[in-house]
Amino acid sequence: MPIHFDHKPGLVVYLTAGDPSLEGTREIALAAIDAGADVIELGVPFSDPLADGPIIQRASERALARGTRLRDVLAVARELRAARPQSGLVLFSYLNPILRYSLHRFADDAAAAGVDGVLATDMIVEEAGEYLAEMTRVKLAPIFLAAPTSPDERLKAIATHSKGFVYAISRVGITGTQQSLTADAAVLVARIRRLSEIAGASLPVAVGFGISNANHVAQVGEFADAAVIGSAIVELVERSISKDGPGAVSRFIKGLRLTEAAPAR
Amino acid sequence: MASTILPANPSKPRAGRFGVYGGRYVPETLMAALVELEHAYEAAKADAAFQAELTSLLTDYAGRPTPLYFANRLSEQLGGAKIYLKREDLLHTGAHKINNALGQGLLARRMGKRRIIAETGAGQHGVATATVCALLGLDCVIYMGDVDMERQELNVLRMRLLGAEVRGVSSGSRTLKDAISEAMRDWVTNVRTTYYLLGSALGAHPYPTMVRDFQRVIGMELKRQILEKEGRLPSAIIACVGGGSNSIGAFYEFLNDRDVRLIGVEAGGRGTALGEHAARFQGGAPGVLQGTYSYVLQDEDGQIAQTHSVSAGLDYASIGPEHAALHDSGRAEYVSCDDAAALDAVVKLARTEGILPALESAHAVAEAMRIAPSMSPREILVVNLSGRGDKDMGILARELKL
Repeated sequence: MPIHFDHKPGLVVYLTAGDPSLEGTREIALAAIDAGADVIELGVPFSDPLADGPIIQRASERALARGTRLRDVLAVARELRAARPQSGLVLFSYLNPILRYSLHRFADDAAAAGVDGVLATDMIVEEAGEYLAEMTRVKLAPIFLAAPTSPDERLKAIATHSKGFVYAISRVGITGTQQSLTADAAVLVARIRRLSEIAGASLPVAVGFGISNANHVAQVGEFADAAVIGSAIVELVERSISKDGPGAVSRFIKGLRLTEAAPAR
Repeated sequence: MASTILPANPSKPRAGRFGVYGGRYVPETLMAALVELEHAYEAAKADAAFQAELTSLLTDYAGRPTPLYFANRLSEQLGGAKIYLKREDLLHTGAHKINNALGQGLLARRMGKRRIIAETGAGQHGVATATVCALLGLDCVIYMGDVDMERQELNVLRMRLLGAEVRGVSSGSRTLKDAISEAMRDWVTNVRTTYYLLGSALGAHPYPTMVRDFQRVIGMELKRQILEKEGRLPSAIIACVGGGSNSIGAFYEFLNDRDVRLIGVEAGGRGTALGEHAARFQGGAPGVLQGTYSYVLQDEDGQIAQTHSVSAGLDYASIGPEHAALHDSGRAEYVSCDDAAALDAVVKLARTEGILPALESAHAVAEAMRIAPSMSPREILVVNLSGRGDKDMGILARELKL
C-alpha cells in the first residue's frame, strides 16, 4: 500500500534498527504503529553517520556492536509488514551499506520485504540515475531530503523525483533534539508546495530534524502534512534499555497527538 | 567485492568525475554550499588578480619554489638510480599542505566567509590552516582525532599558539576519518557562515579537483627543475598517498608523459589483515565515504574498517577519487610500505643526507630505497618529500629508542 497519512498531522517515527536489539526494534515499531505512527522509518546503522548528531551516532554504535546487518534490517521490515499491512514502511540508510549489498539486490530484497520507500541520506538527485532506475523497477518510493539551503531549482527536482513524501529538513544542521522550531521549516514547506505545484507534483511534505515534543508536532501540523520524530524517540529507547521500551515509546507518541496546543512538557 | 559501480550512465559525465569515481554524495543541506564553492573557485581560478596574490604568497611567504635536491650520498649508498628529493619539507609550516591552505584561504576571504573549519590527521594541514587564518585574520576551528592529538602533540600546540581552536574527536577510530565527519557536521550546521577548508584531494566535488589544482605547483616546478638539471624526465616519481594531495600534486603534470612511472605509496601499517593497515588498493573496494565514490577499506557489510599506520597522515580508510581512476587505468602504480620500513627510511635519510622526513614522506623514501638498487645509474628517481619530521619526534623517540 502506498505511503499515506491518516492522521492530521501525520507522524513518521524513526528507529535505529538493532537498538536495543532486532526484537526490541520490532516490538517498539509495533507499539509505535499502534500508538498512531503512520510511517516507520527503519534506520540502517552505519559506522560513519556524518549527518547524525550524538544520539543517533550512539544508537548506531550500539546496533553495530550487536552485529546488526542490512539483511537483518530487511528481516525486521518483513516482519513488520506481515504484522501491520496498512502501515507505511521506509528504510533510511547511508549509501555505502546499500552499495556493498548491491543496489540491485537491495532493491529486490527491500521490495520483497514489503518496504514502501527508501531514503538514502547521502544520495542527491543529480547522482541518482541508477538509484532511481532501481527504485522504479521494483516500485519503491525514493524519498529525497529537501533543505532550507536548497535553491528553487533543486527543490523542484527533489519534488519531481520523490515519491511517497518529501522530507523537509527543519533547520540547517544534523539530527538531534532542540528546544524550539526555527522559522526555516515553515518557509521551506511553503516553497516546496509552490514549486511542487509548478512541477506538477503534489506529494505530502513531512518535516524532520529536531522535532521533539507535542508543541513541535502541533506547530508542524499548521503548515505540513507530517512530523518526523527521530532523536527524541531514539533517546527514549536509549534510556529505556532495561525497562519497557515499547510502553515508553507508545506513551510518548500518544502524548505527541494532544489536540489542544500543549504547554511545554 | 561491491558489485555496483556508479554512475549508471558513464557516457554522460557529471561534475567532478574521474572515470566512475568522485561525484557528490552529501546531505542535501551542503549542496548549495558546494555549488557556491564550485562557482567561486572557477571565478577565482580565472581571475588574474587572485592568481597573482596566491603566487606572491607562495613565493614570499611560503618559500616557493622549493629546491629539487640531488641526494648524492643516498644514491651512492644504494648503488642504483640517481635519487632527487623535491623539498616540500622546506616550505613554511613544514609540509606541502600550505600550498592548498593559502589557495583556499584566499578563496574563503573572497567569498566573504570569516569562519574557517578544517580537519587534520598528522596536524600539518591543521597547522597550515591555522597559519593562513592568522595571516588573513579569519576565525579557525580544527577537528582532530584524540589518537592523533596525542601522537602529534607538537602540532596541536602550534595550532593553539597560532590562535586556532583545536577540537578533539572521540568518536569511531578517533583519527582522520572521524575528524572529517565531525568537520562535516560542523559545516552542515554552520554552512551559511563557514568555509570548510578540506586538506586533501578528497570529499565531494569540487574539493578533489580544487585541492589538486592548488598542489599542481609541485609537479610543475619539478618538471622544470629536472629538465634544467638533467635535460630529461625522471624514470619515476614516488610520493606517499593518504588522501592523496601531495602525490596528485606531484603526478598531475606528468600524466601525459607516459614514460614516467608514477608510484603512490600507501601505508602498509603492521600487517595485511583488515584494520592493520591503510592500503586501500590492497583490500579496499569501491564505495562511498565522506562525499566521494572511491576505494574504501570496509567490511562485507559496507561498514568502514578501522585502519592503522605509524603515520597519522596516511591513516585513512579511503583515497582521493582521482587516484582511484589512475589506479584502474594503470597510469599510476600503487604499492605499500609498512611501519618498520618507513621508520628505517627516516633513519637512513637522516644519517646519509641530514634530512629528517615526516613519517608520511618516509613511506615514499622507503619505496625509493627498495627499487633504486636494481635500477641503472642512468635512471632518475624523484621522491616528493612532502613534509619534515620534527612533528614525529615523540613517536620516533619511542619507536627508535633514541
